Amino acid sequence: MGATGGLTLVFGLPLAVALFFFGLAAYERRMGLATGPGFFQRNGLAVGLYLVLAVGFWVFFVIVLPQFSMVDMSFRPKLPPAQMGGPKDVFTLENYRYFLFGSTTSTSSWNWTHLKAFVLTIGVSIAITLFNFALCYPIAFHMAQSAGAARLRILLLLLIIPYWVNEILRAFAFRVLLSSGGIINKLLLGAGVIGEPIDFLGADVGLYMGLSYAYLLMMVFPLYSAIESLDKNQIEAARDLGAPWWHIHLFVVMPHAKPGIASGCTLVFMLCAGALAAPLVLAGPRTLWFTPIVYDRFYQAFNWPQGAAYAFILLVTCVVFVLLVLKMFRLSLGEITR
Amino acid sequence: MAAAVELEGVNVTFGDFVAVRDANLTIEAGEFFSFLGPSGCGKTTLLRTISGFIEPTRGQVRIGGKDMVGIGPNKRPTALIFQNLALFPMMSVADNIGYGLRVRGVPKHERDEKVKNLLIQVALSEHGHKKVSELSGGQKQRVAIARALAVEPSVLLLDEPLSALDLKLRQHMRAELRAIQKRVGITFIYITHDQGEALTMSDRIAVMNAGVIEQVGNGRSVYAEPRTPFVAAFVGENNQIRGRVTAVADGMATLDTPLGALSGRNPVGLKAGEEALLFVRPEALSLVPTGTPNGSTVGFDGEALDVAYEGSVTHVTLRVRTGQKITATVGGGVVPVSGETLHIGFKPQDGLLLARAASH
Repeated sequence: MGATGGLTLVFGLPLAVALFFFGLAAYERRMGLATGPGFFQRNGLAVGLYLVLAVGFWVFFVIVLPQFSMVDMSFRPKLPPAQMGGPKDVFTLENYRYFLFGSTTSTSSWNWTHLKAFVLTIGVSIAITLFNFALCYPIAFHMAQSAGAARLRILLLLLIIPYWVNEILRAFAFRVLLSSGGIINKLLLGAGVIGEPIDFLGADVGLYMGLSYAYLLMMVFPLYSAIESLDKNQIEAARDLGAPWWHIHLFVVMPHAKPGIASGCTLVFMLCAGALAAPLVLAGPRTLWFTPIVYDRFYQAFNWPQGAAYAFILLVTCVVFVLLVLKMFRLSLGEITR
Repeated sequence: MAAAVELEGVNVTFGDFVAVRDANLTIEAGEFFSFLGPSGCGKTTLLRTISGFIEPTRGQVRIGGKDMVGIGPNKRPTALIFQNLALFPMMSVADNIGYGLRVRGVPKHERDEKVKNLLIQVALSEHGHKKVSELSGGQKQRVAIARALAVEPSVLLLDEPLSALDLKLRQHMRAELRAIQKRVGITFIYITHDQGEALTMSDRIAVMNAGVIEQVGNGRSVYAEPRTPFVAAFVGENNQIRGRVTAVADGMATLDTPLGALSGRNPVGLKAGEEALLFVRPEALSLVPTGTPNGSTVGFDGEALDVAYEGSVTHVTLRVRTGQKITATVGGGVVPVSGETLHIGFKPQDGLLLARAASH
């Protein structure tokens, strides 16, 4: 695409979108679909204009444009900069074909290395999400329903303070803890529980622990705020009617907290599948996570279009998966933001 | 028949705060029993103690003759109706009612049958499939009752369930609750700060104040024969006049008050020289122009400040010599004019003398 064409798109598209929504708002007002004071009447012209511009800038330049250009790039061949926009720069599915079938010179029919890494990433992310939920639900329930104000403050601090430490540093800390000569192995050896050190890192225990820990808060807080809004009397009413504790959790607390559970699980799953630091530092030598492959496409193979295609595949898969799960639990996307 | 609920020396303390002090009480099976008291008097704490959410610090709670120590709310033969009802919003009306049965593992067809019957009983048979949020206040009330009755408790505990309703619905629900209680025949223990509710519905009432059960009796006896100044002042409107007993004779006593010598009944056996309070109900007072003979009454003068004409009765607020305000409710006939000076009289047997506690 030419330089002027590109510029027209960059500035024309947001303008067109903005005009479209202004038109829509004006139409709704005229048809009586929207009532009450208008957006600018409520916020004032200056603040209203600032909000529109700021949010518009954020959405367009930070979210839409980069994603759009990435998707665009993923459908183009890898070319030296001089040939970009030239006659060879045509749309192609080559990058997606490569993900499924690998190099044209390879002997095997499927690109097993990458496909396996992809399936492993999604599968392990699901497992970690479930594990995190099981771990965080009791904590969140305790914080929301039974802890006193002082206990709640301490718990919140204990949860938050570790996150002051850099993510990569935390990953290395797990490495130190779990390595063959690490503290845990030394303790187990010293206590005589095991005869020789356990290869935690090789067995990916470190990876799972690191990932679970990295996104713990993303699970705890949505759960906490959802459970917190549950009327204590409902729990007592269920108990009074004879319900055992597990029944109360399954049929009273969890249905109420469903939006929080969904939003926590979505966050953890998405962040897990897209994690880079923990897999790079903690994954065992035989484990290939998908995000490092994407990273390598960009910075090792210098094949940006292919990297873009891989990243897009991961993104679409995650989004589709999340939407399917939400559908399964009869939740709308709007509900999980509550 | 065994007593439904027995409290024996029940004390509940939270830290230094004594919420319930030395409650001793027997509630008979099939009784409609109310705890009446101002907010913070410990009546809700007592209810939660009976239902098992609070363990008494001292003393014993027996239900159906069985000691309830260590038995949780889910194992007690009681069902509690919460002040805010605490219906489950994510379940349908029928599922709400059937919850207790589902928990008990009652098979589905049997459960459905029972829920259907309960829906008919509370006149909601058309609403079983609805969400709780689609119901009106009175309907929600009935769902809560049906949900509690579904588990066939021997005692139903109600924690001010009518307080959220508007006046008209509240009066209607009083009658309905009473009718349901008569029909199912189980013990109802009702908590309220509304004396009208307590008086109209209950077989017996326990009046509570500051964690102490001050008096137990039927509506008539707590209204007409209060035994403590608190009960006299809290149940119904009452005028109180301080004084010192000067003479005692055949159940009556004379009191020296700033308004002159006044007499009344002396049920608690006050002796001459004791500090006392004289209580007279507004409806026991008669008002006549000053100087007119007024039969066999004792009394004093007062200036009418405010006259509220209500048709069948007129409420008059008067100021007496000491500056104290006295309210009188008089029947039809002559309506006083505000500003008029009147003689306020009452028959000595309508006056009630009670001991004045040291703190009063």
